[in-house]
Amino acid sequence: MGSYLAEQLLNGLILGSMYALIAIGFSMIYGIIRLINFAHGDIVMIGAFVTLGLVMNGKISFMVIVVLVLLAGALMGILIERVAFRPMRGAPQVTGFITSLAISILLQNLGILLLTAQPRNFFIPDYLQVFLHIGPVSLRTIDLAIIVTAIVFMTLLVFLVKYTRLGMAMRATAENLNVARLMGININRIIMLTFAIGSGLAGVAGMMWGGKYGQIDPLLGFVPGLKAFVAAVIGGVGSITGAMMGGYLLGFAEVLFVGLLPPIYSSYRDAFVFTTLILILLVLPTGFFGKKTEGEA
Amino acid sequence: MRRNRSRWLFPTVILAGAILVFILRSTTNDYVLAIACFAGINIILAVSLNLTNGFTGLFSLGHPAFMAVGGYISAIMTFPVARKTMLLPALPSWLATQQWSFLPAMVLGGLGATLAAFLVGFPVLRLKGHYLAVATLGFIIILQVLITNMESFTRGPLGLNGLPMLTNLWWVYMCVVITVYVCWKVKHSSLGRSMLAIRENEMAAECLGIPLARTRIMAFALGAFFAGIGGGLWAHLVTVITPTSFSVVMAFNLVVMVVVGGSGSITGAAFAAIMLTLMAEVLRPLEESLEAYGISEIIIAAGLLLILIFRSQGVFGGQEPGFLVRSGYGPSDEGKNPLSFGKVKGGTA
Repeated sequence: MGSYLAEQLLNGLILGSMYALIAIGFSMIYGIIRLINFAHGDIVMIGAFVTLGLVMNGKISFMVIVVLVLLAGALMGILIERVAFRPMRGAPQVTGFITSLAISILLQNLGILLLTAQPRNFFIPDYLQVFLHIGPVSLRTIDLAIIVTAIVFMTLLVFLVKYTRLGMAMRATAENLNVARLMGININRIIMLTFAIGSGLAGVAGMMWGGKYGQIDPLLGFVPGLKAFVAAVIGGVGSITGAMMGGYLLGFAEVLFVGLLPPIYSSYRDAFVFTTLILILLVLPTGFFGKKTEGEA
Repeated sequence: MRRNRSRWLFPTVILAGAILVFILRSTTNDYVLAIACFAGINIILAVSLNLTNGFTGLFSLGHPAFMAVGGYISAIMTFPVARKTMLLPALPSWLATQQWSFLPAMVLGGLGATLAAFLVGFPVLRLKGHYLAVATLGFIIILQVLITNMESFTRGPLGLNGLPMLTNLWWVYMCVVITVYVCWKVKHSSLGRSMLAIRENEMAAECLGIPLARTRIMAFALGAFFAGIGGGLWAHLVTVITPTSFSVVMAFNLVVMVVVGGSGSITGAAFAAIMLTLMAEVLRPLEESLEAYGISEIIIAAGLLLILIFRSQGVFGGQEPGFLVRSGYGPSDEGKNPLSFGKVKGGTA
């Protein structure tokens, strides 16, 4: 029982790492322009496919691939912001939301068109598939890599936001867009960079998703995208630390819900996640770490 | 003047529609009739979604969930007893022996959807803007999971197939007329004006003595009733109903209809519903001949993006065409901020 619980907790940690990476982007984008970006989940899908393409095409080292995927995700984020969201700034919030849904459906179907809906096997190098036994649990090196990579990226991000000029500009913009602009901050550049950072992290999360589950398809981004939104809400939308904590909390909660309750309930997993979302929105609309929200009545 | 005009307008339009239905039924084949039925069902759904999303400004994505409720309830009620004992052996006996005709089954489905809307609406309608959108999206997924797991009533993921094909163009037409008539009357009644007031400025509306919660839930429940009816028609037209029939993509398509038509415009929603149905039908052969699956969704999504960027108020801009009515209500510019989405929040306040 002890080792079973430990393994479940480990699974929660892995799932939580991926949710956290996706949720950060969600939360950062919301924090700056009050936009719920549904296309965020599809960047995860793009990240997964870019990884697969790079792994299949050449002998590029996996470390380099991580950087390339980060860049690919960032580019995609910038492209979406430039083409779709920038012309629409000033529109009501809901218009932004519909726009992002449209982009999401556009990307999913472009994926189906170009790559077919058939799931594909994901390749990872052999050294990521070695089984390790640490104490009571056994895990693959990829699991370890996911956890460590997520922590490294999140540390870098916190450092960037807290201690650099760029980070200060980002925080100022999130605090008050108009005043930040009066202070001479180039708002458009900051918004673009926020999309780039958030989407880059989502791309890396897609790479992890592929490595963890071994199969990818053009629709894979939808569910993680939605759940990352739940994670962001749990943490308080707009807060980066909140998104990280929310990601891990949701990862643990989901895995424990499936792992500890009798198996009949495991098919209720998604219902559980979204009921949690609705409850949190109602009872604790600012999440655990958020300052304020416009969601409450 | 206007009073006179509208007195003659409705009978004329209804008669013209009935003649059109008659001509369609006597001259064209089943394929065209099926498309006409889908267009009609989409009109019902888009116009009723407009009640919440367009009039009241409550951005709900939950319509497919209410369709699912209405569709499943009416499907179980009309399912022949012989097939019920075969396909749904675990059904309680009081249900297994029932076999209703179409109209009461459909109405029951609509009432079921209304009940669901009340249950969900009381907590969820406290949320606003895109939070409400996401919560209703979550509701679709929760309901899908519930339907998948309630195997004794729904056969789980297999769904119910071989439903009697009861829907025909006359049924659809009748429901379209009722839906449009009710929504039209609501829009031009004091309830409708309350809804529009809530959309434009909640606080001002409340100060005028409009009961916010009650008006909101009325809009939500009324929309859900018609969605349930639409679900019943849909189920008995397609004759198959599964938990994934009513998906998030469907919610998206319905929202597209409302937005393209112009939020708050009944004519606009109906027009957009017809256009989108026809477009999907025209694009399908193209998709198959090019073997480029997904291209119709791409075209629809791209079209929506263009409309949102270049004509964000929709084709009809929240108004009804001038020959139908004189006064209209445009969408509000309130809370516009040129930089971010929606109302800007000052400082840390």
